[in-house]
Amino acid sequence: MRLDLRTITVIVVLAGLALMPLLAWAVDEPYWLRFWSRVMILALAAVGVNLILGFGGMVSFGHAMYIAIGAYAVGALRFHGVEGGLPDLLLAVGAGALVALIIGAICLRTAGIYFIMITLAFAQMTYFFFISQEQYGGDDGMRIEGGTRLGPLDLSNDATLYYATFLLLCGALLVSWRLVNSRFGMVIRGARSNEQRMTALGFPTYRYRLTAYVISAVICAIAGALLANLTLYVSPAYTHWTRSGELLIMVILGGLGSLFGPVLGAIALLLLEDVIAHFTRHWQLFLGPILILVVIFAREGLFGLLTPRRQRSHTAGGSHG
Amino acid sequence: MSTTLLLIQTLNGLQFGVMLFLMAAGLTLVFGIMNLVNLAHGSLYMMGAYFAAAATAWTGNPLLGILFAIPATLLLGVVVEFITLRTLYQRDHLDQVLCTFGLILFFNELARVLWGSAAIPMAIPEALTGFVTIIPGLIYPKWRLAIILVGLLVALLLYLLISHTRLGMLIRAGASNRPMVGALGVNISLLFTLVFGLGAALAGLAGAMVAPLLSVEPGMGDPILILTFVVIVIGGIGSIRGAFIASLLVGLIDTVGRSFLPALLRELFQTQSANTIGAALASMLIYILMAAVLFFRPRGLFPPKGR
Amino acid sequence: MAEPLLAVEGLVKRFGGLTATDDLSFSVAPGELHAVIGPNGAGKTTLIAQLSGELRQDSGRILFADQDISQVPGWKRPHLGLARSFQITSIFHDMTALQNTALAVQAHAGHSFRFWRPADSDPALTDPAMEALRQVGLEARANVPAAALAHGEHRQLEIAMALATQPKLLLLDEPMAGMGPEDSARMVNLLRALRGSITILLIEHDMDAVFALAERITVLVYGRAIASGTPDAIRADAEVRRAYLGDESLAV
Repeated sequence: MRLDLRTITVIVVLAGLALMPLLAWAVDEPYWLRFWSRVMILALAAVGVNLILGFGGMVSFGHAMYIAIGAYAVGALRFHGVEGGLPDLLLAVGAGALVALIIGAICLRTAGIYFIMITLAFAQMTYFFFISQEQYGGDDGMRIEGGTRLGPLDLSNDATLYYATFLLLCGALLVSWRLVNSRFGMVIRGARSNEQRMTALGFPTYRYRLTAYVISAVICAIAGALLANLTLYVSPAYTHWTRSGELLIMVILGGLGSLFGPVLGAIALLLLEDVIAHFTRHWQLFLGPILILVVIFAREGLFGLLTPRRQRSHTAGGSHG
Repeated sequence: MSTTLLLIQTLNGLQFGVMLFLMAAGLTLVFGIMNLVNLAHGSLYMMGAYFAAAATAWTGNPLLGILFAIPATLLLGVVVEFITLRTLYQRDHLDQVLCTFGLILFFNELARVLWGSAAIPMAIPEALTGFVTIIPGLIYPKWRLAIILVGLLVALLLYLLISHTRLGMLIRAGASNRPMVGALGVNISLLFTLVFGLGAALAGLAGAMVAPLLSVEPGMGDPILILTFVVIVIGGIGSIRGAFIASLLVGLIDTVGRSFLPALLRELFQTQSANTIGAALASMLIYILMAAVLFFRPRGLFPPKGR
Repeated sequence: MAEPLLAVEGLVKRFGGLTATDDLSFSVAPGELHAVIGPNGAGKTTLIAQLSGELRQDSGRILFADQDISQVPGWKRPHLGLARSFQITSIFHDMTALQNTALAVQAHAGHSFRFWRPADSDPALTDPAMEALRQVGLEARANVPAAALAHGEHRQLEIAMALATQPKLLLLDEPMAGMGPEDSARMVNLLRALRGSITILLIEHDMDAVFALAERITVLVYGRAIASGTPDAIRADAEVRRAYLGDESLAV
């Protein structure tokens, strides 16, 4: 790895995240810990979305549903008196993978705008499904009682949860880095840029894209399980379509098709919200136009700005939309 | 008794359906001709409702309020098209989705700043308050009936516009073969602005007409936007005919499903939770319909030819 | 003549009222360079689409290496040894020439559910890919992003990708399309070098190239084969002359 601006950014951001709890403790701002935990959880989900969006060109407008599935997995287990981080993760991953396999198998028959819309439709179905679950609070959602222990770790401790999230985020980054450069990753990237050619070469692209879809959903489900542990609350709003939109925004803001972009995007979006919210209640009045300006003028996102100009032209890909 | 209820619910479904059509017509044209995914279409609907409510409060006459809302939304649509959307025609759908998502955030918050978070009530035009007897034993709100009639009238006018005028010819040509329209020497950007303005005006009309029935509040366009997308995807993007049929289908299935499915499940299973499950299932019905349609026909029921 | 490698028998494809492929039959012998020519609208593109499995014929059969492949889906045909190039360059612009070719190798190196090892440094992929690039004369440009290659090089890369799948039959869809004389000449030389080592079905517009290269030619008019034979026989064929009347390119 050469030490260019991008590498330096990755190192600085990860080191900053690793040291954040010390800083929060030093200046006595415990709120920071929870804020940055949230940032990393959403960054984790965005890393998952980026796998299919940035590399596979699949614009899913429904990935918030997998966050909700992960969160509800934790909620349901606690509700039935099951405690422990391992069951949490197993159920979140298992349920997320199963749902993604079924939904993905249907959605991937379509392409372009139809894919965007059918993923949205499934997320809406999930939304109404969770509303119907009265034992889990229906429309209002439910509080999650009881802490989570993951082996010796007590995740109800803010710092422990923070570092567990940090490690999972690093793990997801490592996995997606290996993945996109592996044979599997080459197939996914090829299918984004030229599906017809992939078929002519002899690739059955559908099964590879479905696999990528499931992997990305599982990462989001893990993020959902973490989110439930952070907020100790879960509601149908987790799968609201605007949440799926925000995930897309994080990926775009950070830079499409760059591995670390989603992390920068999540940080930027949540910081932006937080900062504007300090000045005005009406932060969305400013966030909306900022988003528009980024899409129109800074197509390659934050990570793109760190790329030397001569390398830029062909790194940020479009979508097959 | 049950027949009357079914008839009323069918009329309600029809009313919902034509309202969806007013939304879907514009959205599907903008998509079919400009290849633009416009999530902000629901915001135009919301602004239409707000314009109507505000003008009503000002003039004291709901009819004037609604009549004001149409050109106001048209103008707003043209301005939005001119400032932001124009740059997006050549971009991919992802960019368009994100940009118009930004517009939604902006307009929802703008409504909050201008009119507050609380819902604003709006009156029904005086001449159309009360009920009308359609057949003996079946009385129905005049205003809802008026919405149905206006919606069908607009559908008829759109049909005439598209199948019998030069503009309509260009719109049809644009939906099936975009480069050809340019080759005909037509001022494309003017055509786009016109179509977008037309779609905006229809969305404004829809918002203004349902304003007395619903609460006018920030974010009111979001759920209707999703439904509108369901409609145009089922109908086949770019097809007015598809939009019309899918609108009525979705309107009827949604309304009738919501009112009968919980009762039906209660009959069948006789459990406490049948009600809520029925309600949830009823809300999911149209999404299930859409997924099923796309499963068997990945480009909708009436995909425009030649693309 | 030996058993044909590819045999098209009574192929029919209609689009509405238009019969694009009309009871077409012809065969390609192993090892030969067989050209299919025909005026615009003769149904060359439709034929390629059916051979590669993008379109399904209405009736008729396609036999390839003693197997009826008429119902075999498009993505499986390359695995039987049928590789194609595209008329409009169809490559992965955001990858390097080597990555493009390696991807073609990968398509025939077992399944791609391999998630961990970097594909770029896998000699099982890159060595055959480099070999294919060498065959078309692109080895010096291996690490250049495909988008930065010149037009002629794109066409060469197309052929390298097809070669990398180690096909029995190379289906070339107008490889000279849009080329200047210099690039065309280089492509003719490349195809001449490949001739004999691999069976080639060449669909081409450029008559000079076809008559310089092909061992046999099939002439397609309105979806039918009106003649099939050696270049000399085709040149002398009365019906071909009628079909091409006024087309001076046949006066070579």
